[in-house]
Amino acid sequence: MLIDFSKNHFELFGLPASFQLDITQLEQAYRQLQAQVHPDKHAHLGETEKRLALQWATQANHAYQTLRQPLARARYLLQLNGIDTQEETNTAMPADFLMEQMEWREAIGDAKAAQDITELEALSHRLRREVQQMQQVVAQLLDEQQAYAKAAELVRKLRFFEKLDSELGDAIEAAL
Amino acid sequence: MALLQIAEPGMSTAPHQHRLAIGIDLGTTNSLVATVRNASATVLSDEMGRALLPSVVHYGRHGEVDVGYSAQNAQSNDPHNTIVSVKRFMGRGLNDISGHDSLPYQFIDTPGMLQLKTVAGPKSPVEVSADILRRLRERAEATLGGELTGAVITVPAYFDDAQRQATKDAATLAGLNVLRLLNEPTAAAVAYGLDNGSEGTYVVYDLGGGTFDVSILRLSRGVFEVLATSGDSALGGDDFDHRVYCWILEQSGLSLLSAKDTRLLLTKSRNAKEVLTAHGVAPITAVLSDGFVIDLTLTSEIFTDISRSLVNKTLLPVRKALRDAQLTIDDIHGVVMVGGATRMPQIRRAVADYFGREPLTNLDPDKVVALGAAIQANALAGNRGGDDWLLLDVTPLSLGLETMGGLVEKIIPRNSPIPIARAQEFTTYKDGQTALAVHVLQGERELVSDCRSLARFELRGIPPMVAGAARIRITFQVDADGLLSVSAREQSTGIEAQISVKPSYGLSDDDIGRMLQDSLQHAGTDMHARSLREAQVEAQALLDAIKAALANDADLLGSDERSTIDQALQTLQQQLPGNDADQLRRATEALNNATTDFAARRMDKQINKALSGRKLTTLE
Repeated sequence: MLIDFSKNHFELFGLPASFQLDITQLEQAYRQLQAQVHPDKHAHLGETEKRLALQWATQANHAYQTLRQPLARARYLLQLNGIDTQEETNTAMPADFLMEQMEWREAIGDAKAAQDITELEALSHRLRREVQQMQQVVAQLLDEQQAYAKAAELVRKLRFFEKLDSELGDAIEAAL
Repeated sequence: MALLQIAEPGMSTAPHQHRLAIGIDLGTTNSLVATVRNASATVLSDEMGRALLPSVVHYGRHGEVDVGYSAQNAQSNDPHNTIVSVKRFMGRGLNDISGHDSLPYQFIDTPGMLQLKTVAGPKSPVEVSADILRRLRERAEATLGGELTGAVITVPAYFDDAQRQATKDAATLAGLNVLRLLNEPTAAAVAYGLDNGSEGTYVVYDLGGGTFDVSILRLSRGVFEVLATSGDSALGGDDFDHRVYCWILEQSGLSLLSAKDTRLLLTKSRNAKEVLTAHGVAPITAVLSDGFVIDLTLTSEIFTDISRSLVNKTLLPVRKALRDAQLTIDDIHGVVMVGGATRMPQIRRAVADYFGREPLTNLDPDKVVALGAAIQANALAGNRGGDDWLLLDVTPLSLGLETMGGLVEKIIPRNSPIPIARAQEFTTYKDGQTALAVHVLQGERELVSDCRSLARFELRGIPPMVAGAARIRITFQVDADGLLSVSAREQSTGIEAQISVKPSYGLSDDDIGRMLQDSLQHAGTDMHARSLREAQVEAQALLDAIKAALANDADLLGSDERSTIDQALQTLQQQLPGNDADQLRRATEALNNATTDFAARRMDKQINKALSGRKLTTLE
């Protein structure tokens, strides 16, 4: 293997490994890295350079996407700390959380059936506000308390919200 | 006595080695070719000073091929053999083309991509497009007076993998070295952004002859980053013509027409649309083959009325793209209008109303895409001036795999930055299962039947295990052209299957090779001479690159490595003036191999430089 992929995503962009992240700094670092490795910068060179550029630019995009999205970033930080978030296997969620999820689903279902785009967009805004609040808690758990098990539970919850968000997105698109 | 030239260290290519590179806008209605000359992008005109080449090809009985205006003249007399708007058929099967029965062609329902029956034999849309591209290549070579290093070909951002692959195949068939497939709205943004020195978030609204794209880009310090893209690859100016055509039929009480009359009225409809934009009212007169006389007047009000639903249809992708980018109208700093169809006043009005601001129309909407492509081609060819800006684009549609129950599992979501790779593990569902069928799909819907099938392949030789024990890792890689390749690997045994997703029905490399040979022979070109010139261009490019690399980074090499590289370099240099193309290719390959480790180290050095450079700026 010629490429040193041993750097973690934070190291790749020269950023501290924390959930709270200066997004502007991340964007700048990402652009600076792509300015060096992007295939467009190597298109006039030999096949080897082109292949390396493709691999590096792919890696840069992957790292950037992971760090830019809060849920992916939290999951990745936990992984760096040896914690598996068990999103596929651990489905034992608290009853009140599941109840709340059912209410969300019903609300989305009703608005979808009524093709009520205003209501769907209102739900989308409410959902995103709630997600932001949860992310603030995740930040505290990860950056200040190093409470990884609790953070992992919140990541599992956020995964449910991510699914709701994409369902809402599909419903809004269908109603447009 | 000849003096030896010594390059200044760090200089990538000597100034006189300006490589000839072109940008091509292969449009539904018109195509253009542009290049960068004396640091400015210009569209290349034909010998009569015309920039546009109508994307029309006429095939004659004796193998003659007319392209452009001369072909356009034939379309009313010989509609079956005059192919217009062929872009709509690229990578498409017959049942993908709505209203194909009202088009004046004899379609052949070949699996995957349709074909057209002409007097010159069946023609694939790829071949027809290649005829257009070839004409543009000849125009560029004649104007620029030399061998082209390569070309950037633009495609609608919303083109799927099959349509992109078909476009690339057409370019190869036309004898072009494709440096990159570039999304049309991105090309427009480059031309617009570099011209205006813009910063901020911009929407590019690109309504062409047959396709509609909308891209949202962030322009910041020379970086053009596409945040989201959406569109409709079967919506364009043609549809507005068709509305006028239907209105004529309705007003005249006509129904089924002959191919000739259909073509006549479609042409009249297009003219009327253009006259309307300029004058606000358009008379339509025509005499059909049976003597029936049409004499109507189309007003702006009627046109706005009959095309309202089409205009509204374009606003849907705009909303989707804004949503995907998580932006609102207030975040947008400007809307750039691209494509000839955006000249229609009702379009400009609708866009202005939606965004609450007048759209930007200060660049010629017909030329801006070709100009952007030329600027990108110039940079990709390694000419100077292209090293201070960067394009970051996305994939327009989600890519996924068929899973049990006819459902699609998305592997790469739409609007992911490219290049991108994603892997996912799958397993067997039966005891002793030794093969796995992989079905690759593109689209946003849940059901396989609602998505576009790109390819099917099988991973064979999986050792028999109990159900669920095998671990099969399937990797999707999308390159900087937006083209997908897929590989599958059984993890415990390392059995591998790999495919470049050539849409199952696309042309094979052999097909393209054969067609290329045919067309060159037909044009009286010497295959060997052409192949040799190509090998020489490639060898020279590598020599330049390696020499520049040695001048900059010789310290990365041990003395043994250096002498191996020097030797390979010398061999290639010596063979460059020879006339054995195969030998030259082998020597090029050898130099490539000798410099593999060197290339990797140089890349590492550049990355470290990028990181340390940033640390300095962040300390400030």
